[in-house]
Amino acid sequence: MAEPILGVSGLRKTFGALKVTDGVSLDLRPGEIHALIGPNGAGKSTLIHQICGSLAPDEGRVFFEGRDVTASTPAARARAGLGRTFQVSTVIPEFTALGHAMLAVQARQGTSFRFLRPVAGDRSLREPAMAALARVGLENRAHVPAAVLSHGERRRLEVALVLALGSKALLMDEPMAGMGSEGSRELTALLSELRREAPILMVEHDMDAVFALADRISVLVYGRIVATGTPDEIRRDPVVRQAYLGDEAS
Amino acid sequence: MPERSFVPSRGLVASLAVIALPLALALWASFAGETFYVTLATRIAILGLAATGLNLALGLGGLVSLGHAAFFGIGGYVAGIVASHAMEGTSVLGLPAISEMAYVWLLAAVAAGLFALVMGAISLRTSGVAFIMITLAFAQMIFYLAIAWPGYGGEDGLPITLRNGFFGLRTMRPMPFFLISFGALLFGLALFAVLKASRFGAALQAARQNGVRLASLGVEPFRIRLVAFVLSGMITALAGALYADLNRFVSPSMLSWHMSGELIVLVVLGGVGRLAGPLAGATLYVLLEHVLGGLTERWQFFLGLALLAVVLLGRGGLMSLLAPKGVRHG
Repeated sequence: MAEPILGVSGLRKTFGALKVTDGVSLDLRPGEIHALIGPNGAGKSTLIHQICGSLAPDEGRVFFEGRDVTASTPAARARAGLGRTFQVSTVIPEFTALGHAMLAVQARQGTSFRFLRPVAGDRSLREPAMAALARVGLENRAHVPAAVLSHGERRRLEVALVLALGSKALLMDEPMAGMGSEGSRELTALLSELRREAPILMVEHDMDAVFALADRISVLVYGRIVATGTPDEIRRDPVVRQAYLGDEAS
Repeated sequence: MPERSFVPSRGLVASLAVIALPLALALWASFAGETFYVTLATRIAILGLAATGLNLALGLGGLVSLGHAAFFGIGGYVAGIVASHAMEGTSVLGLPAISEMAYVWLLAAVAAGLFALVMGAISLRTSGVAFIMITLAFAQMIFYLAIAWPGYGGEDGLPITLRNGFFGLRTMRPMPFFLISFGALLFGLALFAVLKASRFGAALQAARQNGVRLASLGVEPFRIRLVAFVLSGMITALAGALYADLNRFVSPSMLSWHMSGELIVLVVLGGVGRLAGPLAGATLYVLLEHVLGGLTERWQFFLGLALLAVVLLGRGGLMSLLAPKGVRHG
């Protein structure tokens, strides 16, 4: 089996008496989509925050490409190739869609400390940025400020940014959240294709999307992983059915 | 949504008009023999430059620094100290005291840049009120140091007998000194415009609007903000050096928190983040001070009213009245 690109071992985080993350270990292998599901309050988002570096775990380690990144800042992890999308679309209000993608391209190039040449009309930024927008179908909305993009367009912009960044692995916190059924279908197709470029660890509530996309599913309940397996294994798992899925998966 | 592509051109026209105003005032006054108005135009240019420096941090970076008087005063004291040592023929901290503006500006920028580096490295780890308070505290430290140091005038300030020179120009005469100041202003404005349009400027504006998003792209907002803060302090220090030469006097008041507040007022009055905003603010400020100051000692009451009107009604400052910036989103 291929070496995992992303690994988490023995992660623990408590808020007061609440064990939000209680000894979580999981990994992400090349080419796969690994979905993290669980009831509300299971600690999914907290776990994502610890993996991307915006929250420090009390115990445990995060490895990326075999390197311990537990002490790295979110920006350092992003530079190493760990891309993320946010649960609530996180945009720069006055920047256009193209402006966002160009910023991602300059970040990838490591050229944010260039002071003289104007960004506008810089083809070394613009062309890769437009290519990333085109992949998510936003090329016709390139010049629209993010503040007036629709919800679904912002979700797609988030994906375009990790494409422009050339991330090696992706953390996605509820990519389907708030998407209409049409939008969900398009995004599902896009993510399914994307996994070959960059494996995806995603938190998702949309069970149709999860079972359509995931190669492996881990179930998080009260900060612990109670089961990991293929979608079929998870569907049949009695513990999971009782704890979480209920009738939804039958 | 209005067509965005033609909006900048109107902004450019408005900016050029604002920039041309002090030049026109100085030229008119010079021909009319009204040297007082040349000095007034010089004051506008220098305060506009100081606030342009702040605009880099405040307007593009969203960093509400209540400590920029430190940089303004450091620039002023460098000019005063170099000039006074040059008169005595002694050296400063082992450096030769050359009473030449280019040299003074270099020293001022380096000194303020180093101070901004320390101040920024500490204050930029915080945000909001904590950031404001830390920048204020740093400036107050320098303020009290200047008061307590009798060698350079202490509380009484330090007179500059002769303005520093500028490549043989007669800097004691109003018009040459105005042109030097105006040139420095143009340099500051050009630097602001170039930085704003650059990759660094894109990252800085992203850091202001959404630092989490910038970090998720792999760029540390802290580093971007720190570099902006240092450049900002250096520009304001250049203005401070000119201001000391203009008044031929430097005192702790240049370092006081009133000065920091005044610089913020100039930026807000004119238009936060707009190229010519700080200059527009400085122009209105100096003209109000002159016109109303002649009528009443309480002219700042009217300045307060103007500021209230700008903040409550025309949120983008004077520049947004001259050239609206399209629709404000979000």
